Amino acid sequence: MFDLVGFGANGWGPALLRAALMTFALSAVGFLSGVALGALACFARLSGDRFARGAAFAYGALFRGVPDLLTIYLLYFGGSVALTTIGGWFGARGFIGLPGFATGVVALGVISGAYQAEVYRGAFLAIHRGELEAARAYGMSGLTMLRRVVAPQTLRYAIPGLGNVWQLVLKDSALVSVIGLVELMRQAQIGAGSTREPFIFFCAAAALYLVIAATTGALFRRVERVSRRGLRMA
Amino acid sequence: MKVFGKIASIAALALSTLAFSSAAQSQDKPTAITIATEGAYAPWNFTGPDGKAAGFEIDLANDLCARMKIKCTIVIQDWDGLIPGLTAGKFDVIMASMFITDKRLKVINFSRPYAIDPSTFAVSKTSPLAKSDLTGKFNLNDEAAAEPVIDKMKPLLKGTVVGVQAATTNQQFLKKYFDGVVDIREYKTTQEHDLDLAAGRVDALFAQSTALAATLSKPEYASYTVAGPQFLGGVFGRGTGAGMRKSDTALLGMFNGAIAAAMADGTIKRLSMKWLKTDVTPPQ
Amino acid sequence: MDVGFLVDTLSQLMRGVPLTLELAATSVSLGFILALALALALETRRRFIVWPIRGYVATFRGTPLLVQIFLIYYGLGQFRPAIQALGLWGFFRAPFWCAILALTLNTAAYGAEIIRGGFQSVPHGQIEAARACGMSRLLAYRRIILPIALRQALPSYGNEIILMIKGTSLTSIITLLEITGIAQQIISQTYRAVEVFACAGAIYLAMNYLVAQLVAVLEYRLSPHLRAPDIETQAAIEGGLH
Repeated sequence: MFDLVGFGANGWGPALLRAALMTFALSAVGFLSGVALGALACFARLSGDRFARGAAFAYGALFRGVPDLLTIYLLYFGGSVALTTIGGWFGARGFIGLPGFATGVVALGVISGAYQAEVYRGAFLAIHRGELEAARAYGMSGLTMLRRVVAPQTLRYAIPGLGNVWQLVLKDSALVSVIGLVELMRQAQIGAGSTREPFIFFCAAAALYLVIAATTGALFRRVERVSRRGLRMA
Repeated sequence: MKVFGKIASIAALALSTLAFSSAAQSQDKPTAITIATEGAYAPWNFTGPDGKAAGFEIDLANDLCARMKIKCTIVIQDWDGLIPGLTAGKFDVIMASMFITDKRLKVINFSRPYAIDPSTFAVSKTSPLAKSDLTGKFNLNDEAAAEPVIDKMKPLLKGTVVGVQAATTNQQFLKKYFDGVVDIREYKTTQEHDLDLAAGRVDALFAQSTALAATLSKPEYASYTVAGPQFLGGVFGRGTGAGMRKSDTALLGMFNGAIAAAMADGTIKRLSMKWLKTDVTPPQ
Repeated sequence: MDVGFLVDTLSQLMRGVPLTLELAATSVSLGFILALALALALETRRRFIVWPIRGYVATFRGTPLLVQIFLIYYGLGQFRPAIQALGLWGFFRAPFWCAILALTLNTAAYGAEIIRGGFQSVPHGQIEAARACGMSRLLAYRRIILPIALRQALPSYGNEIILMIKGTSLTSIITLLEITGIAQQIISQTYRAVEVFACAGAIYLAMNYLVAQLVAVLEYRLSPHLRAPDIETQAAIEGGLH
């Protein structure tokens, strides 16, 4: 039974490992996109502008309230339509589409950005107000304050929450299989369908997900410990 | 607001210049096209361990593209996303054992048929349908001949749980003629309903004869057999064709020419005997 | 914007709401009971109990729900003869029960962690006071620890309920006709993917908003000690102090 997922002639081992790599790449790039989107949304949420705050709140509510499967489908089918329309405004003829990996990255980025915005918001609110006052009193410009005071501390408080969001992104990457991208879940389905041995394939997939989750989880805990150096907390 | 507005407009601009994937332009003769297949429907189209598609339709697609002298890339797309994906421009042609039906013709165009394969039931060898002597090929366009045999099948199949692939003409056939008689279970792929037949979650399948023959040849299906009459026409349309967007008229003409040539010199017959073990060439 | 089509789609999709709610409610309830049992078991701190539970929690939190659903439905279906011998095939044959099993096991793993976090957040002074009053462990858990822990866990658990409602959309992949399953059926007939999925998304959004509001109301009702006292009580307190 194990030679099916092994590395022999008929083995699906190499294919599964390649797919696991694709899963990791997809999750990593998606998570990083989420950092950008989440930071932007958090910034908007905390700003003085009513529209920005409302838009950021709506963004968070939308992508945390709608099932991720539907978000992925909508971005896949709707994304091409939207891009083609936008391209039409700029004079491009024909269809403009996002390749599968890009669609997956955008979907994961949009979803994780919604969760990350909350994490950053909580982390920002945990910074002592006195520090911000002191920074202003010193005459620091907004950008300097961001660089010197806000960003380092926000990151430090955000790391546990970000670890959780990373695990979420890793698991949501399995849903990207429905748009045909050959990551781990899809490869397991292909193998199971071709060989009619679903149990061994899905067990192998589960094991690979666990390995990725455990190693990256340990990495996050390490980073968390480093970030807490000198901090006196519970 | 000023900063936010600036960021937002830059983002929109950046988004619109994002990765472009090329697609065929409609009126000019294309030089490179993308063909989508399901990749989960052996022996017509399936996916190997290397991730590449293979099967009857892949060989046929390569042959047709050689005749048309254009470059073809074959991509894999889930069955229920084929038509929405085609209309959204993700690929240019569908070759996935898709039947030419009036309902589909409202949304997309089809080439002339390159295969005709009737659909039928696969049941347990001990079931009433298998033990009956009902056989024959029935065209549903000729309702007078088809209806009596369907009526004879109803009591034999009453209460059976039948697995069928969703969004197919097979599913429409069951819904039209056997709704309320059998318990219809819809699956995303034929591979999934094959798995559930082996597991005994469904008692029977309804699918194309060639696909059923290929599935039932595997050892775990020893107690199952293809049984009862075969059906074509009517809800099943006019056979299997290549799907294209309505605006791609030039491409349609090229495909029709290539298919006619492939039929004439026996290529379709050769490929279908190789993969499907039976000749599915449509009548001229 | 074809409003007629959207209205028609919405009415068709609403027929999937009962099954969605059934799946979510059943799995959340069963999952909560299991999670509570596991969290209490973790409190015993005995290695041979704690390690298997931690393994289970790590597995079900570390793998995607989709893989779990596929494993339980198709993976275990491969072992039908063995399951039939145990007399359990009637359960595993039905997609509904396989979905419930997968969803329950998944939510119980997360729930156990949430409730464990709740236990840890009970102020130690309360536990000491309970012991000082002579309460047995059982009484202390029943009267003091559990109520506080569950109340602390409520925001996270509310989140988990919403995640479960979203998780039911994955059961469409094993032939269940809840909202997403019906949406895919409609798309297969009309080929209008974006509009149908947008309608389905709107329904989920409405459901999750309702759940979030209900949880917020529950949180409010359960935490009178965190609110300012009402006028009469305030007056009584102040009157007493003078």
